[in-house]
Amino acid sequence: MSPANPFTRRKDRIDELAATAASPSGGIAEAGAVDEKPGVSLIASAWSRLKRSPVFLLGAGITLVFVVLALVSPLIAPHDPAAGLLLDQVRPQSNPVPGPQDGFPLGADSRGRDLLSRLLVGSQQTLIVGVFATITGLAGGLSLGILAGAFGGWVDALVMRVVDVMLSIPSLLLAFSIAAVAARPSQVTVIIAVAAVQVPVFARLLRGSMLAQRSSDHVVAARALGVTERAIVFRHMLPNSLAPVIVQSTLVLAVSIIDAAALSFLGLGNPNDRQPEWGQMLGRAQTYIYDYPHLAIYPALCIIVVALGFTLMGESLREALDPKSRR
Amino acid sequence: MTDTATTPRPSRHGDEPLLSVRDLSVTFRRQGEEPFTAVDGVSFDVRPGQTVGLVGESGCGKSVTSLAIMGLLPPRGNTVEGTASFEGTDLLRLPADEMRDRRGRDIAMIFQDPLSSLNPVVSVGLQVTEVLERHRGMSRKAAQPVARELLDRVGIPDPDRRLKDYPHQLSGGMRQRALIAMALACAPRLLIADEPTTALDVTIQAQILSLLKELVEDTGTALVMITHDLGVVAGLCDEVNVLYGGRIVERGTRHELFANPRHPYTNGLLASIPRLDGARGAPLTPIRGSVADNLPWDHACAFAPRCSQPVDVCTAQTPPLEESGVRALRCHNPVR
Repeated sequence: MSPANPFTRRKDRIDELAATAASPSGGIAEAGAVDEKPGVSLIASAWSRLKRSPVFLLGAGITLVFVVLALVSPLIAPHDPAAGLLLDQVRPQSNPVPGPQDGFPLGADSRGRDLLSRLLVGSQQTLIVGVFATITGLAGGLSLGILAGAFGGWVDALVMRVVDVMLSIPSLLLAFSIAAVAARPSQVTVIIAVAAVQVPVFARLLRGSMLAQRSSDHVVAARALGVTERAIVFRHMLPNSLAPVIVQSTLVLAVSIIDAAALSFLGLGNPNDRQPEWGQMLGRAQTYIYDYPHLAIYPALCIIVVALGFTLMGESLREALDPKSRR
Repeated sequence: MTDTATTPRPSRHGDEPLLSVRDLSVTFRRQGEEPFTAVDGVSFDVRPGQTVGLVGESGCGKSVTSLAIMGLLPPRGNTVEGTASFEGTDLLRLPADEMRDRRGRDIAMIFQDPLSSLNPVVSVGLQVTEVLERHRGMSRKAAQPVARELLDRVGIPDPDRRLKDYPHQLSGGMRQRALIAMALACAPRLLIADEPTTALDVTIQAQILSLLKELVEDTGTALVMITHDLGVVAGLCDEVNVLYGGRIVERGTRHELFANPRHPYTNGLLASIPRLDGARGAPLTPIRGSVADNLPWDHACAFAPRCSQPVDVCTAQTPPLEESGVRALRCHNPVR
């Protein structure tokens, strides 16, 4: 078990994040002055710190722009992203990709479709895949994590061995395998494949912080008052264990977008190219990468910027919620 | 033990014990480690309305005793022996769900650190009403005014506002008051307080102690006070058990114990308290060594290495607990 072993490293990283919640919440609590206005929760006091963090504001800004663009893109896209409007300019031998021109600021792709419109509308697919994959992964991971953390004992052992096996497979490889098994690749299979990779991460994270809560003073105190096991798990352990999971899910949004792009790039994504998607655009651009690199650069830039936005947001969120990393 | 006068118990206490702990032993077992017996045959009684102290240094087993009685020890890795009968029912043999019904209703407990004993993400009001909903079958709405009244009764100003507050918005004293309110919400017949004032400022300590005293007297709740602070004992307890190395080494009423300590350990605890009326510069007399120097009880007195007046038999033979009435003493060479 050398520290260089990527499997061990990944598990350690998850456990480290889980330990964030294990550290006494006093750290966060003490930050709030005793006499704020009534009903200021810990979330609220973390928010007041976040508002002053430039990293968070940058990440949140990028994310906001991306989400708004994704929502309104069909309305603001100059052309129909699926219509080969410049198809008459495409000459397979001399000019396979029409260049920028009036009304088409970025030019068109090899089928004469407006590149700008495809990029804009592509953000929609990316957002859908990212959000749904994260939600699905979160739901699966939370269920397994609660199961393991609430019951402990053999349930915990069983769940965690399954999780360990999943973690031991490199994440992209696992996603590829799941996507490849699907008889007919579609958006749904991409979401399932990307989500499945995140399930063990969430499960291990939540289980770790729930176990830390189990022996915490306030859980023992609640037990001393005869609070039912159900209320202990859902009111006393779970809400106090969620901080690292919330942070992880913003980071997972970035990872899901990249993973989904990778699947599409390799042709395991949605085969319907009337619905543009950045990874798919990147994959199609391979043929022309030497002569027309812009076809690859634009979607790649979009993926990088959006992933960066989510990552910056997630990291600053983690810092705001983690008393140890606060300066 | 002939020279130990047995004073009759205060008459307001009934004679049937509310809680009767007999030969309680708790042994922790960890893989690859020697089993460790934290509590070793402890017996004591608590009568209705009585306040009983469990006194000793850190590691003497006083907290483990209370957790064992409450059934709050971790489910694995320990063995609990003996009995703790509460109104005739042995709490140590109760099924988990029956014990859960009793906790908070019949027996409640308050802990050392009031901040970490409150759930940081749930408002104080909800944490108080939770207990009422659980044990008194109230709806959350019906529990609201009761919770308000409880906070008012434990001396939290502006209870309506404080119900909405989160634990981190309360001061240390208020947090402990809130915890006392939760513990007393269902009028339990026994309250176990595990060092309830250790984490608080001295001025607040006095307030919390007088609040506890007042509530215990008003409601007739019996109180087991776990502490290392003899000042707390002097102010509150009717009867005191001094623990050392997991065993009771001396027991007596508060007056007897303070006026006439027989065990060198009790004597040492009393002597190590700084006195305001002592001569200036008079040296304090601490008990030498630490709990780590303990001998095993099997063939010796655990306290012998730290004792001020050991005799040969102390390291050769286990001193028995000699009882006469309330008074009890475990020593080969008691203080005269």
